[in-house]
Amino acid sequence: MTTTAVRPARTPVRAQGPAHPARYALVVAGLLLALAAAVLAALALGSVRIPPGQVLDALTGRAGPSPYRTIVLDVRLPRVLLGIVVGAGLAVVGAVLQALVRNRLADPFLLGISSGASAGAVLVLVVGVGGGVTTTLALPAGAFAGALLALVLVYALARRGGTMTGARLVLAGVAVSYILSALATLLLVVAGRPEQFQEALYWSLGGLGSARWDTLALPAAVLTLGVGVLLALARPLDLLLTGEEGATVLGLDTARFRAGVFVLASLVTAVMVAASGAVGFVGLMAPHAARLAVGAPHRRLLPVAALGGALALVLADLGARTVAAPQDVPVGVLTALTGGPFLLWLMRRRPEGTAL
Amino acid sequence: MTELRLHGLSYEERLRSADLTVHPGETVGLIGPNGSGKTTLLRCVYGTLTPTGGRATLDGDDLHALGPKARARRVATVPQDSATEFELTVRELVALGRSPHKRFWEGDTGDDLARVDAALARVGLTDLADRPYPTLSGGERQRALVARALVQDPALLVLDEPTNHLDIRHQLDVLALVRTLGTTNLLALHDLNLAGAYCDRLYVLERGRVVTGGTPAEVLTPALLEAVYGVDAEVIPHPRTGSPTVLFQPVPAGGQKSSTM
Repeated sequence: MTTTAVRPARTPVRAQGPAHPARYALVVAGLLLALAAAVLAALALGSVRIPPGQVLDALTGRAGPSPYRTIVLDVRLPRVLLGIVVGAGLAVVGAVLQALVRNRLADPFLLGISSGASAGAVLVLVVGVGGGVTTTLALPAGAFAGALLALVLVYALARRGGTMTGARLVLAGVAVSYILSALATLLLVVAGRPEQFQEALYWSLGGLGSARWDTLALPAAVLTLGVGVLLALARPLDLLLTGEEGATVLGLDTARFRAGVFVLASLVTAVMVAASGAVGFVGLMAPHAARLAVGAPHRRLLPVAALGGALALVLADLGARTVAAPQDVPVGVLTALTGGPFLLWLMRRRPEGTAL
Repeated sequence: MTELRLHGLSYEERLRSADLTVHPGETVGLIGPNGSGKTTLLRCVYGTLTPTGGRATLDGDDLHALGPKARARRVATVPQDSATEFELTVRELVALGRSPHKRFWEGDTGDDLARVDAALARVGLTDLADRPYPTLSGGERQRALVARALVQDPALLVLDEPTNHLDIRHQLDVLALVRTLGTTNLLALHDLNLAGAYCDRLYVLERGRVVTGGTPAEVLTPALLEAVYGVDAEVIPHPRTGSPTVLFQPVPAGGQKSSTM
């Protein structure tokens, strides 16, 4: 009408905008293809190169027993699958945290939740609760306690005074993150763990090297559960995007809902961290890219963010294994190398009318 | 149709024992200077503040006992703060207005989308439906939020300065629209002439208290404007409609010499 006629320049070509169903299908299909290609590459490449044909033979069960088959099925495949699960989990948690605090700088790593989970897991390791049970359940339980504690702490610190700016949130998150990460290292050293520094590096920067078939089940189950519940909560998550008051007048009990989702986000983060250490920035980048591609409503956003996070972490881990082969670089080093500049770019590129 | 009654509604020092009735189908305006408690009163009604005393009832039901969701099915409003951080499109934002009527996991049906399109057409935003909400101008945003309140299908509409950010044409459109909805309406308005023209009755708030109420002709008098706002004004009937119209005496350059306070 008159509004658009007067200001044609303000109408971008949005006929095929993020809300368009065909575009959504295209984005999902593209991501699935890219993920499949990344998985194949990750299985084929490494300190030993395996021809793609042999990789496929191993995957489809046509290969007889051979070293290649063992490398593909027992070494690389669990690691790639863990990368998919952890990447997807961190991305989904990042997307949800961003809605909860209405700030696109939120991310499980930046908010200190990952460090909290690391510290909790290390405490369990050092104290040595329950011998053999340690790895399967006590470790994630400790991580969960640490994650929840860190999240509550950061949220309370950032929110003091009623308003919460992005700067305050990130500062509180970084401070808490450093404290907890230092605490974890201190615990490892004091306890005199034999490989204390390697362990400290693993917990603060992350790595998928510990992936085995029997450690995959819990993260995969928690990811499925978490994504399922969060997809069902897509509408209230969307309501939160309209602000606290907006969500309340549209019938959402915001305080209760936010508390519940915080707990769920901590749980997912904790299980991911218990399996892979604190990998940063995946939860920051993937949701942002997904929003650019398919828009902000969570029913569309969460699956795309999950696929994007999975793709990002599989690729990052491939880099981590090959860039200094045969040395394994902690995968968090590579995600930080890409995620750090991305964060700076995000902070510079504020949409008009929003304060950092 | 729905009746709103406030019985001694209070919120800390900002609202003191307000009694007020909006009869079924009525449009009632709240006027008063900045800080007089208009927004506090409205927020106690639509539920983002919990009153510290008194009750607000809708057809006899205590609004606070209802809980957020049941309340949102019957009371709609246009909140002051609204999303700018994330790019929901205008249509997506308006569609959220259906939420109180749905289980939280339910998607939007064809009926919901038809209501959204109708509401967008009613506020003149059809052409901007697929635009990201943050790229809209202040007035366009305000109209989008009004459309969201419409799809909420409320019995009571509570609006805080609904004409904020709007040019005069859209101010008149929004107020005329509010009157045609068949809802019971409670509005806070700054513009006394709009309040006089579009409201059946007015209540005047001053420092947290309801000081008077009545038809616009009863309320908008030079004596009241002097007492409550501290301004010198004439009130004359509108030449065509007869509604009370306020003409202000400009304050001379250099400001007021003697304060009435």
